[in-house]
This record gives sequence, C-alpha cells and structure tokens, in this order.
Amino acid sequence: MTTTTDAAGATDPPAEPPTDEAPRPSRGGVVDWLVDVGNSLLIPALALITALVVGGLVIIFSDPDVLDEWGSFFGDPTGALQASWNAVFDAYEALWRSSLGSASGIGRTLVEATPLALAGLSVAFAFRAGLFNIGAAGQLVIGATCAGWVGFTWDLATPLHITVAVLAGFLGGAAWGGIAGVLKARTGAHEVITTIMLNYISYQLLNYALRSDAFQPAGRDDLISRAVAESARLPEVSFGDVTVHAGLFIALAAAVIIWWLLERSTVGFQLRTVGANPHAAAYAGMSVAAMYVLAMVVAGGLAGLAGTVNILGRPSFSLTGGYYAFIGFDAIAVALLARANPIGVLGAAFLFGVLRAGSTGMQAATSTPVDIIVVIQALIILFVAAPALVRSIYHIKAGRGTSQTFTTSWGA
Amino acid sequence: MAATLTPPEAPTPDEPIVPVVDDAPSARRRIGFGIATALLGLVALVGFGLGSASGLDATFVFSRADDAIRLPDVTVPARATGIVLGVVTIVLGALLAAGVIRRRIYLVFGVGLALFVIALLAWAARGDTISIIGMVNGTLFRATPLALGAFAGLLCERAGVVNIAIEGMLLTGAFVAALTASAADNTWVGLLCGMAAGALLGAFLGVLSIKYQVDQIIGGTVINIFALGITSYLGARILQEYPDLNQPGSFRPFGIPGLERLPIVGDVLFDNTIYAYIVFLLVIGLWWGLFRTRWGLRVRAVGEHPRAADTVGINVLRTRYRSVMMGGAVAGIGGTWFTLDATGSFNENMTAGKGYIALAALIFGRWHPVGAFVAALVFAFSEELQTRLALLDTPIPSDFLLMLPYVVTIVVVAGLVGRSRPPAADGQPYVVE
Repeated sequence: MTTTTDAAGATDPPAEPPTDEAPRPSRGGVVDWLVDVGNSLLIPALALITALVVGGLVIIFSDPDVLDEWGSFFGDPTGALQASWNAVFDAYEALWRSSLGSASGIGRTLVEATPLALAGLSVAFAFRAGLFNIGAAGQLVIGATCAGWVGFTWDLATPLHITVAVLAGFLGGAAWGGIAGVLKARTGAHEVITTIMLNYISYQLLNYALRSDAFQPAGRDDLISRAVAESARLPEVSFGDVTVHAGLFIALAAAVIIWWLLERSTVGFQLRTVGANPHAAAYAGMSVAAMYVLAMVVAGGLAGLAGTVNILGRPSFSLTGGYYAFIGFDAIAVALLARANPIGVLGAAFLFGVLRAGSTGMQAATSTPVDIIVVIQALIILFVAAPALVRSIYHIKAGRGTSQTFTTSWGA
Repeated sequence: MAATLTPPEAPTPDEPIVPVVDDAPSARRRIGFGIATALLGLVALVGFGLGSASGLDATFVFSRADDAIRLPDVTVPARATGIVLGVVTIVLGALLAAGVIRRRIYLVFGVGLALFVIALLAWAARGDTISIIGMVNGTLFRATPLALGAFAGLLCERAGVVNIAIEGMLLTGAFVAALTASAADNTWVGLLCGMAAGALLGAFLGVLSIKYQVDQIIGGTVINIFALGITSYLGARILQEYPDLNQPGSFRPFGIPGLERLPIVGDVLFDNTIYAYIVFLLVIGLWWGLFRTRWGLRVRAVGEHPRAADTVGINVLRTRYRSVMMGGAVAGIGGTWFTLDATGSFNENMTAGKGYIALAALIFGRWHPVGAFVAALVFAFSEELQTRLALLDTPIPSDFLLMLPYVVTIVVVAGLVGRSRPPAADGQPYVVE
C-alpha cells in the first residue's frame, strides 16, 4: 500500500534528504541535487499558479460590473472577456505594485513575512512531531501580550529591555503551547481541538488585559493598549531604500536553529521518529509523551516570537483586540507550502508576505476585499496537500520524495 | 461475523446511555476525580457560601406567567445554599478520593458538578430571580447547531472519514441560507440551499479524502479556511453592497398540536422552530438507522473494518461518499440555523468555533447519536450559563464568562473522554485491491 499511495499516506515515512537513502545510479551530485530541488519545487509552484488562477475566477464572478458584461455575453462576447481580464489584471497588478513593485513595498513585504516565518516554523516544527498546531494564533496572542506587557510596564535600558521582552514573548507562547502538549501527552486529548479552544480563550484573556489598568492608556476605554516604550522597540535596519526591523534577523536565526535542531540533533531525530511512527518510537525506547510536550513548547515559543516581533517592531506598537491572530492561520499555509521544511518556511513566508502586503493596496485600488488572500491560501494548501490533484490537472507523472506524513488521527 | 462488525460501544437498548467510559477505573483516576470534586465543593463553600452576604434570597422560577399549570417558584437563602451544597460536594469528593465510593466515579463527579452549578446560580441570583425554564429553553436553542454539527461528524466518522470541516460547513450553510432566502424571499429555500451547499462540501471532503487520500485533518482544515475566506470575501463583496440580500427573515416557532399543551414539557419541547424538531427526529432516526438497519450496519462496518466489509460485498468507497455527503447536508442545515433562526442575517465568521465544539461533542458523546445530543446539551448549557451570569450582577469579568464554553470543551476532551474510542478505521484511506 505504501508504494501505491503518493499522497500523505498514513504509513509513509517523511521525505528524507537524498543522502540518507540507499545508493542508486547517480548522474553526478550536482545534477542529482538540482533535479531533486526542481522536483520538490514543482508542486508548490504549480499549486501557487493554480491557486492564483482560481482566485482570479473568484474575482471575476464576484464583480458586479463584470457580471453585467457577462449578462450581455451574446451581444458582445469580447466585452465580457475584456472586462474579466481587466478585473483580474487590475487586482493582481495592484497587489504587485504595493508589495514588490517598490522599495517601500519590499520593506512592507519583509515586515509582513517576519511573523509569518516564525509562526510558520511553529506549525512546521509541530508537524514534524506528528502534531497539527492550529493554536499558533493563540500562542501568538499570548506571546504578544507578554512581550507588550514587559515593553510598556517595565523600565529598563535598551538592549536589556528588548532581550527581556523577547524572552517574555517566547516564554508566554511556549507556556500556552505547552498546555496543549501536556494535555496530549497525559490524556490523549487531540491537539486540534485543544489548541482551537485555547485560541478562543487567549482572545478573551487579551480582551481582559486590554481593559485592565496596566494595559489601558490614560483617558481611553476602547480595546487598545499603551505603546511599547522606546527602549523595548526593535531597531530599524535599512538596506538602501528598503527598511525593515530587527525582527527579520530573529526569524532568520530561528529558521537556522530549528533546521539544525530537526536535522542534526539527537532530539530532532527522536522528534521526527515520533512524528513518523509513535509506536515504533516507543518500541525503540523514546518517550513519545516527552516529545509531544517538547514539540508543543517549542512550537508555542516560536508562535509567541511571531507575536513578539510584531508588537516590538511594527509601528503603533500597541496591542488591539484579537491581535494579528490571522497570522496563526496563514502559518498553516506557510508550513504546508514549505512541506514542513524550516528553510522552505522562509521562502513560503516571503510569498505570503507578498500576498499580505499587496492585499491592502489591492483593496484600496480595486475594492477587491482582502479576504481573497484567505481564499488563495486555502487553495494553495489544497493543491500542496493533494499533489495527485495537481498532477492530474497538469498530467504529470508521480516523482519520488513527494510523500510526507503530517498528522495522526484520533485513534493514534 | 456480526460480533466483529458491531463496534463495542454500541449500546444495547437497556444499557444507560451516559458517557461513562469504564466501570472499574484506575485508582489514580478515581483519586484525581475525587480531588477535583472536593475542590469544586470548596469553591462553592467559600465563594458562594461563606463569602456571600447573608440575608439575601435567590428565587428559581420554573414556569412562565401564562402557563396553564404553574409550578411554584422556589426561594432559597443564597448563603445557606452555598454552604450546604459546598459541604455536600466536599464530602462526595472525599468519599471518592478515600475509596469509599469505587464505582460510577463519573456519575459522582457529575452530581458534584451539578450541585456546584446550583450553588453558583443561587449565589449569582442572590437578591434576584432566575428563570430555570428560560435556561432550559435557551440550552435547547443553543444546542441546535452543536447537535447538528455533531450528527454531521457522526455520519462521516462512523463511515471512517474524519470530518474536521464541520465549522466550514456550518459557516457556508449560514452564508448560502442568508443569500438564497433573501433572494427568494422564502426561508425554506434558504434551508434547502444551505443543506445542498453542505452536501457539496461533504462531497468535496469525500473527493479529497477518498479519491486523493489527502490527510483528512488537513483536507478538513482546507475546507474550513476556504469557507472562512470565501464567505468573508463574498460577504464584503455582495452582502455589504446589496444589504437587501442579507435579510433572509427567520423561521417562526410553532407548536405540535396536542403535545404543546402538556405541562412544562410541551412548552420546552413542542413549541419551537423547525430546527428543534429536526434535531429530535435526527436523534431518533440516526440511532435507529445506524444500529437497527442494514444501512447502518454497512456504514459501521465500513468505518470499523473496511477490508472485511469489502470482502462481503459492500462497496466501501460508495458507502463513504454517501455518508460524507449526508453528513455535509446535516451540517449545512445546522449552518442555516445561524441565519434563519438565531440572528436573521449573516456576519463574518459568525459560527465562532461552534463546529469544533460540535466535534468535541461527538467525541464526548462517544460517536453515538444520543450521546452526541446529550454532549451538545452540556456544551449549550455552559453557553447559556455564561449569558445568564453576564445578565446578573456578578463580580466575574465578562471576558472570563465568555471563555466558559471553550474551557468546558477542553476539560471534557481532556478529562472525561481520554478512553473514548473512535471507529477503528477512522481517518484511514481505503485502497480497493
């Protein structure tokens, strides 16, 4: 059965780098490597293109003016096609213009991509242990709340203040993720349900905090916190005209550390073994429970960092109700598109940063609601998770190294 | 053969259908529940009894003013109630932890929890009145989408397909119902179209999980994210620009002739909108269908041991497709409740996680229609309790009250259903050989 299923079959081991596999006829290291990279990028690329095409169709068939043109299709067929093309072209052109089309746009894209990368690493890390962390949203909210609290109530000198605030954000997220990990390890409560419930609880906790004296700015009673003190803000960094904040480097460092942890450390090996087959891991003497807790603590900490770099790095520097929780759901798309590979997460986060940074400009220019981004993301996940679907659309034969186990069901 | 095809948790008619998992649980579990019960009692004793001002009475109202047969109101002194119930609960917990009570620990815990809730209500309503009949009505009302969502999950998972997409199906049903009922100016059209939309999403989940063998939890998540995105997008694009397309109207409550005149029961059960009756019919229909008909035996066989089912000539894939589509249709109906009964218009992300709570109700209810319905009532009660407490004068911040349903869900999933067993082939793709 394992040889006949090419989707995420329940018994398939995770994709391994080619160096770990049995020797096979080689065409030379570099060529082989390029073919592998090409193969692993093919499906995500096709998934992106297909998602954009379907997203274009949604734009066409929800635009009242374009639909009017289609109403008179038989009188003026080219008019309908022209109007459709214009609607899609204008939307995607505006998206491009306000993301990668200018230096300030690239800066915005990177600022958007930074928390996406950290939250994406969170989901990817949990995936490798066989856990589906839908709770990145809540962990992010708790992380941002902790970091923000340190940021605007403590009084410290600059480098120390930033360090303590970042640490608080990491620990807050780690603790919140750890709850789901402990519940999974001790009672078997499925993490999908517990993390979603913890998300809703975290939003209420944040609302409660925002109403408290410690958070509320003097003279206001709406749901917004004080601004983080200057001494705790992440410094701005400029490359030519492109301006980003130092959170970008936290994200890059986190990706490298997580890659090393997963691929080069003993703990990472145990974690991946538990993810591939918990029964085999237990038989080999590994503690499945400890790995579940560890995976959720680290995943929660990473998501907490995503909230932290936002609150400490993004202008306004204040918490609001449901603070950027959507990043936690974008992160699922990022992790899946990257096939749970830490370095791939960076690329996927950049792509979704483009979509996020561009979507506001798109809404301003063409009145296409930003929610179209969520539709496109869902389609990308769909096509990445169902490679067989993409292959059947484009008539591609199955390649190797495309199967991966992501989650375990209720019973496991 | 029949023995291997019938899941062990399928109850015989005379077996009580309460979520009791194990009759002789481990000592550790018993002591844990005993301590938890005692702690509840302690909170009741200190918080609702000793900590409460003396001399205030709480009045529980059991009937409406216009009822033909009225039950008398019950007035209790709030402080004394808290003290007495708190002490009783502590004693129950101590007996459990000390091993004097060894069996039915979940029942004992449930009794302790019920006493705690009564003490809480007496404390919250001190110097005031609280309408118990109103709470019962509200609980049934709020249980509707949870029960329908849980039934949707039941149909899918009994056939071996994990359905985490209930949330997306509810949301889509709500949106489609608002749009179509407004356009046709007829709530029944909205109900049917919402149901059809749910069935379509069910078919989509089927194609993903059965044909393409996508990881079913990820497939369901895709549907959830897609449903959230597309309903928010179209809501902003269409419903906001044409507000008259978001005025679907709502179903009116109607009484069942004869039954509605029964004292108390008639009021609670037989004077409702169509949704309550759909839920009642589905509880009975699904129980009978799944456990008393050939169709049900086949569905369960496919969910427990698809290979064996295939061997005896059951078409596994077709049975699964049919089940997920039926489940989708039921979830679609549940979605229309939000727009055609609860609020009368569509709002962005208005289901607010109800689909996931429904999933928890399914697990808590041990993949059984009656169990799932009871579980839905428990979750709905926690929601109703939250809104009642928000109306009364309590020092608990409203944000913490709003957490209550979610906290209850976690506690239930973690504490009470650790041993609850899903259908054996749940979530596993089947390859015909």
